[in-house]
Amino acid sequence: MRLMLEPRAERSALIAVAAPLIAIALSLVTAVILFAVMGKNPIVALDVYFVAPLTDPYSLGEIAVKATPLVMVAVGLSLCYVANIWNIGAEGQFLAGAVAGSWIAVSTNGSGAGHWVLPAMLLLGALGGALYALIPAICKVRFGASEILTSLMLVYVANLGLDYLVRGPWRDPHGLNFPMTADFDPVATVPTLFDGSRVHAGSIAALVVVMLAAVFLGRTIMGFEIRLVGAAPRAARFSGFNAERLVLFTFAISGALAGLAGIVEVAGPVGHLQPGISPGYGFTAIIVAFLGRLNPVGILIAGLFLALTFIGGEGAQIAMKVPLDLTKVFQGILLFYVLACDSLIVHRIRFVGMTRKPAHAAP
Amino acid sequence: MANRCITGTPMPNTFPSAGSEPVAPLLRAAGISKRYGNCIANDAIHLDVYPGEIHAILGENGAGKSTLVKVIYGLIQPNAGELRFMGRRIVLAGPAAARALGIAMVFQHFSLFENLTVAENVALGLPLPEPFAAICARLAKTALAYGLPLDPRREVWRLSVGERQRIEIVRALMQNPKLLILDEPTAVLTPQEADQLFVVLNRLKNEGRSILYISHKLDEVQRLCDTATVLRAGKKVATCDPRRETAASLARMMVGADVDRVKASRARGASVPRLVIDRLSLSADGPHEGRLKEVSLKVCGGEIVGIAGVAGNGQDELFAALSGERLAANAETILIDGRAAGLFGVTERRRLGAAFVPEERLGRGAVPRMKLSENALLTGHVASGMVKRGFIDKRETLAAADRIAATFDVRKAKRDPEAASLSGGNLQKFMVGREILREPGFLVVSQPTWGVDAGAAATIRQALIDLAGRGTAVLVISQDLDELAEISDRIAVIFDGNLSAPLAASAASREILGLLMGGAAIEPRACPQEEKHAVDA
Repeated sequence: MRLMLEPRAERSALIAVAAPLIAIALSLVTAVILFAVMGKNPIVALDVYFVAPLTDPYSLGEIAVKATPLVMVAVGLSLCYVANIWNIGAEGQFLAGAVAGSWIAVSTNGSGAGHWVLPAMLLLGALGGALYALIPAICKVRFGASEILTSLMLVYVANLGLDYLVRGPWRDPHGLNFPMTADFDPVATVPTLFDGSRVHAGSIAALVVVMLAAVFLGRTIMGFEIRLVGAAPRAARFSGFNAERLVLFTFAISGALAGLAGIVEVAGPVGHLQPGISPGYGFTAIIVAFLGRLNPVGILIAGLFLALTFIGGEGAQIAMKVPLDLTKVFQGILLFYVLACDSLIVHRIRFVGMTRKPAHAAP
Repeated sequence: MANRCITGTPMPNTFPSAGSEPVAPLLRAAGISKRYGNCIANDAIHLDVYPGEIHAILGENGAGKSTLVKVIYGLIQPNAGELRFMGRRIVLAGPAAARALGIAMVFQHFSLFENLTVAENVALGLPLPEPFAAICARLAKTALAYGLPLDPRREVWRLSVGERQRIEIVRALMQNPKLLILDEPTAVLTPQEADQLFVVLNRLKNEGRSILYISHKLDEVQRLCDTATVLRAGKKVATCDPRRETAASLARMMVGADVDRVKASRARGASVPRLVIDRLSLSADGPHEGRLKEVSLKVCGGEIVGIAGVAGNGQDELFAALSGERLAANAETILIDGRAAGLFGVTERRRLGAAFVPEERLGRGAVPRMKLSENALLTGHVASGMVKRGFIDKRETLAAADRIAATFDVRKAKRDPEAASLSGGNLQKFMVGREILREPGFLVVSQPTWGVDAGAAATIRQALIDLAGRGTAVLVISQDLDELAEISDRIAVIFDGNLSAPLAASAASREILGLLMGGAAIEPRACPQEEKHAVDA
């Protein structure tokens, strides 16, 4: 017997929905093996990871808090990926947005400024992320530089830039020399939605982003252009669309969303600017985007699931003494299976009877 | 001329019904059936291929020709029926097994790596490891022996379609096949190239090899083939000797009804040029591109001008320059309805009333994994009501797709399928129909019936003639001289980026066109006269 992938005449709508679920199932099986090898009880581990967080209201809130930046960033990234444009640097754009927005918060700190501060921060955050994302986009359009490398490398630049600011000019003078800014004023803070929970207004913004993206991608001519460039670049050119403009546009949009997620995170749950404001949201969002099939609604579900692994991972670290890195391993395994299962949408598996000398059967 | 290659060849192996001594078939396909869901692609088909014969498989698109040969080549497992090769029952696990037996196939769409050389491509396709130098030597020897000149060290992207086909044929021949399957091999060739191919095929036949020859072109089948098996809607209609049939009788067997001849009647009065190309030059833009050298041409409303030429002589560049995918050096080199459009992009030219049908269907003219309604939007987004304030009106796009399908008889499995699920002929009807329904002032279409069956080809040609009859200027770039002769008013020839002066179709014999396509000098007398004729017409 051997396996063969053969193309389907039409993409399978059933598999398109089932593929992420199959990928999750395969990841869970792999995780069970991994736990067993580490000498942990897999049943307990799965319970701590995937069930316990869902039974506790506070953890549910935390899932929403984690999912908010993931979803926002992933929706932006999905626009790039649908068009076969590879923005890998959302982490950097996230930080750039956080820094750009924090500038207003830091400079108005304690000055009693009015309610214009938060909207201005959000605007500047999105703008900062967009401008930062345009650097690799322009390098690609002008010089043909690979956006994969340039956008990735700019992540480290952003990290170091943030590091410099919070250790240097923006450091809180009363902060006991910790590398962080002063806590933001209330007018510079994203309000929370419920008492006793960290769920904030940014989660609603993420839902709005999902809905807008779904309409944009499916219903507008710009969205069609993005899908067209991804599906058949020569047809896009024949159609009269400008591929270079599209690179700039998708990078700017995804950068803006990443930047917005960054400033919302800083002005929301964190409350001040400091290193390590992102536990790799920009990179995890890549997984979210693909797990969600580059579909905004899918991304919302995938974002919640990945957030669950973050919260579950923290719980497991405490309850079972397993390293937090295991969460990242799990996320990596998940991405691997997602991409593998994707091929089933346009291909089907066929078992071929393995006969090395099939030609010489009975006369 | 047509029978030159064949008349000299005795017919050692006619089919048993001819009454000669029965010869065992090389390949017997008995009762082959293949179902896809409810659709029966092959219904109990019986086929005997004798040693040393060229056996045609004739049929419209969707008749089941490709399915049948894919079964024989081991790509598809039949649901029922058996294959016998040299008298023995065979079960093919895949193409490798077929090749091991001596069955080789040349596909209509080549499987070549463009950035590799000829020899590297051949080496990749060979089953057994072999020193590269030995492959090169064997390649050169095989190519030479069969009169298929190929430079083993050239990269494939530098080669014309005809040359690429040679690679596939040589690659197949290097495995010394007993049965060679060719899927629409002349769809991409000039008459001269086709003639060369026929010489090679007859040579192979005389060596005792058998050839399965899939084609829509009846005259070719009559010229070349000893036997023809006609398929219609998955069933075998007949096996016959094509030389004892008429083109009309073969067509009737294929289609099940008489094929309408193209009606040339159209009202033509004095008309103004709607497309003027004035000394259009295009430099080689990167190594993959060819050049255009001061190409000039006028196409008037109501006329069809054909551009003949061997593939790779600047047709692609001319198409791209006219469509706006590549821009001219200055605006005045291309006038569309009198407006300088040389610097306009595709969308702006479409707004001027131009329409384009490129040679490549999948990936350029249509997106395989998008629905037909979205493919209608591909060129329809420019005008019409499909886009309102940036939003797509899905009812409009679907209605447009329905309109195209209804007007041009596009056959599909459901209302709005993905383009990839349509057969080549139906997708081509869709693409041509999509542009024609926009009622363009000027239409350029490249290879309008490339690999399309007789019925669809007739529909498309008639549609082009009718479009010209309504006052549109139509420019047809084609390698099919019969097609150009059938529909064109004037024919120009492109060679190495130079465009000849157009000849009146009545004066453009195959011989003259063939010479021009080979780069022979143009008789200067013909040019001004023809130019004048065109303007006067």
